[in-house]
Amino acid sequence: MDRLRRTMMFVPGNNPGMMQDAFIYGPDSIMLDLEDSVTLAEKDTARLLVYNALRTVDYGNIEMVVRINPLSTPYGHKDVEAVVKAGVDVVRMPKTETADEVREVETAIEKVETELGCVGRTKIMAAVESALGVVNAYAIATASKRMMGIALGAEDYCANLKTQRTPEGTELLLARQTIVVAARAAGIDCIDTVFSNLNDMDAFRREVETIKKLGFDGKSIINPRQIEIVNEVFTPSQKDIDKAVAIVGALHEAARRGSGVIALNGKMIDKPVVIRAQHTIDLAIAAGVLKKEDLS
Amino acid sequence: MKGYEERQKLIGRIADSFHKGVYHGGERKITVPRKESQATSEKVVSLEEAIRRCGLRDGMTISFHHHFRSGDKVLNLVMDKIAEMGFKDIRIAASSLNDVHTPLINHIRNGVVTHISTSGMRGELAKAVSHGLMDNPVVFRSHGARGSAVANGDLHIDVAFLGASSCDPMGNACGYSRSPNAKSICGSLGYALPDARYADKTVILTDDLVDYPNTPTSISEHDVDYVVVVDSVGDSSKIASGAIRDTKNPRDILLAKTACKVIVNSGYFRNGFSIQTGSGGASLAVVKYLRQSMIEQNVKASFALGGITSHMVKLHKEGLIDHLIDVQSFDRVAAESLRDDPKHKEVSANEYASPDEPGAATKFLDIVILSALEVDTNFNVNVLVGSDGIIRGAIGGHPDTAADSALSIVVCPLLRGRIPCIVDEVTTLITPGPTVDVVVTEYGVAVNPRRPDLAERLAAAGLRIVTLESLLERALHVIGTPAPLPFGDKVVGVVMNRNGEVMDVIRNIL
Amino acid sequence: MEIKNAFAGTLESGDILIQIEPSDTPGLTIDLESTVAYQFGDQIKKVIADTLKGMGIGQAYVRATDKGALDCTIRARATAAVVRATGKDVWQD
Repeated sequence: MDRLRRTMMFVPGNNPGMMQDAFIYGPDSIMLDLEDSVTLAEKDTARLLVYNALRTVDYGNIEMVVRINPLSTPYGHKDVEAVVKAGVDVVRMPKTETADEVREVETAIEKVETELGCVGRTKIMAAVESALGVVNAYAIATASKRMMGIALGAEDYCANLKTQRTPEGTELLLARQTIVVAARAAGIDCIDTVFSNLNDMDAFRREVETIKKLGFDGKSIINPRQIEIVNEVFTPSQKDIDKAVAIVGALHEAARRGSGVIALNGKMIDKPVVIRAQHTIDLAIAAGVLKKEDLS
Repeated sequence: MKGYEERQKLIGRIADSFHKGVYHGGERKITVPRKESQATSEKVVSLEEAIRRCGLRDGMTISFHHHFRSGDKVLNLVMDKIAEMGFKDIRIAASSLNDVHTPLINHIRNGVVTHISTSGMRGELAKAVSHGLMDNPVVFRSHGARGSAVANGDLHIDVAFLGASSCDPMGNACGYSRSPNAKSICGSLGYALPDARYADKTVILTDDLVDYPNTPTSISEHDVDYVVVVDSVGDSSKIASGAIRDTKNPRDILLAKTACKVIVNSGYFRNGFSIQTGSGGASLAVVKYLRQSMIEQNVKASFALGGITSHMVKLHKEGLIDHLIDVQSFDRVAAESLRDDPKHKEVSANEYASPDEPGAATKFLDIVILSALEVDTNFNVNVLVGSDGIIRGAIGGHPDTAADSALSIVVCPLLRGRIPCIVDEVTTLITPGPTVDVVVTEYGVAVNPRRPDLAERLAAAGLRIVTLESLLERALHVIGTPAPLPFGDKVVGVVMNRNGEVMDVIRNIL
Repeated sequence: MEIKNAFAGTLESGDILIQIEPSDTPGLTIDLESTVAYQFGDQIKKVIADTLKGMGIGQAYVRATDKGALDCTIRARATAAVVRATGKDVWQD
């Protein structure tokens, strides 16, 4: 895991006030949006706002993502040029259906990066928002070595599926599981769709608990008020942390002895258990419930 | 009888030595049914008569309270009448002034009003004053300082004109009414109480003249000279306007949650603690999050003080706060609770926060949450004058509670748009830095170096402790360096501290 | 450079509305209305002027209505207004 992506906060690309201080709420990633939240008449101004914000605002350690317009629109290529020049971490593709689309974006990115002399700097993530996209999830996830993650966009997907969203999310089950499996098979992250009813925080929490169980790395969010709940759900329990710390301790102990066999309380420990323990520790440190110095 | 006649001479001699008269008899009983005699009284007169009979003269000081906030109708009504009657050089001693008091601008221009003292000022009047409208500076005092000045004569009131939501013909008045004709409600009359007690003459204006006796009573008939019935003393729907609002602003919520974490980990969050919150969006929201912590950790408060809000009433009704001590009701729910609940106590400004009152409630206060327009790197706070040099706020109980409480927490964003709230030097000094313990911003928590104990506890709880200098640097990095304000040489405002000393001056802005 | 009337931006808090018109007066004329005029008026005008000159606009009338925008936003809005006024984008196509 290169970094935590529990929360990816959507910020409209034409709202300077929100772009300036989105980071104070401490999301793991911020996604500035040039696509659905920007009207056609304001695509040009939003692009310039995003470009200037990325170059000027001190976002600290937060991963900066920009959702561009599809390359098939008159805006997509300009979006890529602007955000790559501004040094964005990740270009997020909307409504991705095929691996070819990913490769087209990669080509566009590479062209700008070549001019700048920084080839390979920009990562890509793809949002899958249709039945075809879900069917092609693994191909999309492996289309480029720049791929860092794959996300579900549920509204368009449900429309495409001729159904609608329900609180239980039955209609999304296959898409969610397909995306998680594709991401894991490709070795990249997977991020769940937004939940837009801000008045029902309990339902939001239930949905976050569900997607964590399914294996997602995080959730797309539309309001800072959602961050705390996601972080709470993704924060390991003290019992899990204690166990993980003991396992990683045993790993270091084995390394110190030059032994390939990791043992804890007389029991052998398998590699997957160690990997999971390390993940638990990363989450615990990110949530502030465990300090790095406590590990030694 | 003979004995009595014999004693007459003696009675006369004793009366002489007492310098008193001698009883001559001649009583007449009033036999009308009391219900009828109490329906009216000599005290009930028209506004004009009340002004005349009080002996108002040019140069006198008259007072008003601000319990109806931007819904107040009394001040403008009385001032218009006073202007119409031809008075000049009137000095206004208001507990506070609001944007609704814009008509004062004309009274000032026409020489009707020449002096003002108040806790705060907003809107057009404040703007005009900041630009130099008045020849004499406006005198600003905190609520505690005003209570003290009214009592000790520094601020002598000749006539108090006090709005009340109910009053009987004898002058027993309340900020609510129990009659079916109730037209308005403002709850506590805390800022009116010192005026009623210490003014030479007191006039109650009411929109609900009720039967005698109007009990329980806030202002006693003993302190009331005249009662004037008017159509409306205030628009109750507006007591929650002005500074009071329930926030959905994510920044305020972030600030409130951080402030709550500060409280819980401060060392003062224990059974029987007491708390006051200010009127900013964030400091009001603190109550919501504090409630959760109180339930989770089974901690209860002995009292909540100050401007009481519906949030506080809710906690009281849930048994989380034992008593409410209310100098000013911030919304209708709070006003009705004061009317209905004996554990919701009304206090005067003096009992609330006067430095001279040993039993002032602020002296028993553990924690206060306050807002700020500016905080400088020495923890000095300004809540009165905007960073553009225009008066746009009120001192309120800020310096009183900061000084008297065990823990004062100022909550403010680092930036409001392009205006920094953490500054090098406050535009106007209202609350001195040594009385401010913690400053909560969205970029971290600053603890006064005088309180290393607190800094240690808060850091241990995982709060991000920063210095005000680093916050200032961060702010300037984002916004650039502001140009200095173009102040003139005229003093338009004087800030008095709690002890009646001059603490700062406000110059006119060009 | 040939320009036509154009504007970019909004009157939302933290934003700035910039309107550009052709002008007969030599140089740039900038009328600014700002909620932070006292503290940042000169700085805002400088950012607008620098942006316009950097894009080859030396003569124009600019009306700016500022609601506390930061320099990066002012630069973005000024650039967008020029792009719209000249029809020449800053991005390749």
